[in-house]
Amino acid sequence: MSENINNNKEPLFSYKNKKLLSNPIGKDNPITIQVLGICSILAVTVQLKPSLVLAISVVAVMGLANVIISLLRNTIPQRIRIIVQLTVIASLVIIVDQVLKAYMYDVSRQLSIFVGLIITNCIIMGRLEGFALYNKAWPSFLDGIGNAAGYGAILLAVAAVRELFGAGTLMNVQIIPDIFYRIGYENNGLFILPPMALITVGVIIWIHRSRDKELIDAS
Amino acid sequence: MEELVNIFVRSIFIDNLVLAYFLGMCSYLAVSRTVKTSIGLGFAVIFVLGITVPINYLIENYLLGRGSLSWLGPGFAEVDLSFLTFIMFIAVIASMVQLVEMIIEKFSPTLHNSLGIFLPLIAVNCAILGSSLFMQERNYANLAEVASFGLGSGVGFFLAIAGIAAIREKIRYSNVLPPLRGLGIAFIITGLMSIAFMSFMGIEL
Repeated sequence: MSENINNNKEPLFSYKNKKLLSNPIGKDNPITIQVLGICSILAVTVQLKPSLVLAISVVAVMGLANVIISLLRNTIPQRIRIIVQLTVIASLVIIVDQVLKAYMYDVSRQLSIFVGLIITNCIIMGRLEGFALYNKAWPSFLDGIGNAAGYGAILLAVAAVRELFGAGTLMNVQIIPDIFYRIGYENNGLFILPPMALITVGVIIWIHRSRDKELIDAS
Repeated sequence: MEELVNIFVRSIFIDNLVLAYFLGMCSYLAVSRTVKTSIGLGFAVIFVLGITVPINYLIENYLLGRGSLSWLGPGFAEVDLSFLTFIMFIAVIASMVQLVEMIIEKFSPTLHNSLGIFLPLIAVNCAILGSSLFMQERNYANLAEVASFGLGSGVGFFLAIAGIAAIREKIRYSNVLPPLRGLGIAFIITGLMSIAFMSFMGIEL
């Protein structure tokens, strides 16, 4: 996936650059199509708030990492590039972690180890390897933001479904009115548990692929 | 001794890395197309986890944590390097994977051939870093407990990936809805497996 983009005289938001930003959110989504970065993340989607924080952290880390690697792309020796990439990502994640600990301590407790696991999130490594190593800083930045946003969109969708059906709230605000509970509606406790995260993602993939027939896996 | 067995069984069934914490999902979905390769990856993960988790425990306790440098002299008793944890752990994992690969290549070329491409892949497997971070968070008492936690987590990953590979081999003969084929159905199967593993949750060890 080494699309080489030469945009010396292009405006900052040319058609091609906009595509870099918008493609990963829909058609080329990192989670449902490229199957990257599912790793650590489903466990934080019990509630919307930690998922939002995590999504923003990933956007920040990924945008910056892509820019840094793309600026360094001519100086990094080919053979040790993985270590260099890991070091850059790890340093950025340490900054994010310290900021979260300083300003949002309870969310940081809730996310526990999953902030650290941004390091091994395969989307970041994948985009560094596949895009930032061969492209200029600005397209790489857009690509990073776009992919992280595509990832964040799935994360938030899963979290919204799980919090709404599991606890009847969104962002800790009650959505399902009291009258429903009096009639006999009950929160579905299964949505709080890990298996439903997987099944929700499965259903999202199903919806995505049935709307866009060319994405169907032939095998 | 009893405590060690407890931790081992707990980390296989109750705190299963894949089915309860979704760690290592990427390689879990990418490599589980056939049983043979998934067993290869499973063994490689057991191996690497069994080595890196205890090493990271030693690093945490004698280099990074608050006051852990006191063996250097009283002047170092207050040093707290814990903000370096992530970078240290990932460096240890990457270099250990490299080292393990070289050792296996030297002493057992057959094993090296069968593990082959999976070993370098493991360096960026979230299951490895994840269990080191869990080890840090759960405050195990000594090295033996940490080692049994590492091995148990590896075995848990092995069980999960071997299970899904077997199911995916069989499901090729079934008539799955076209949009669900491949990734979609794999997710739903994993969800069902995870529900099955939840039945271990009530067990008090």
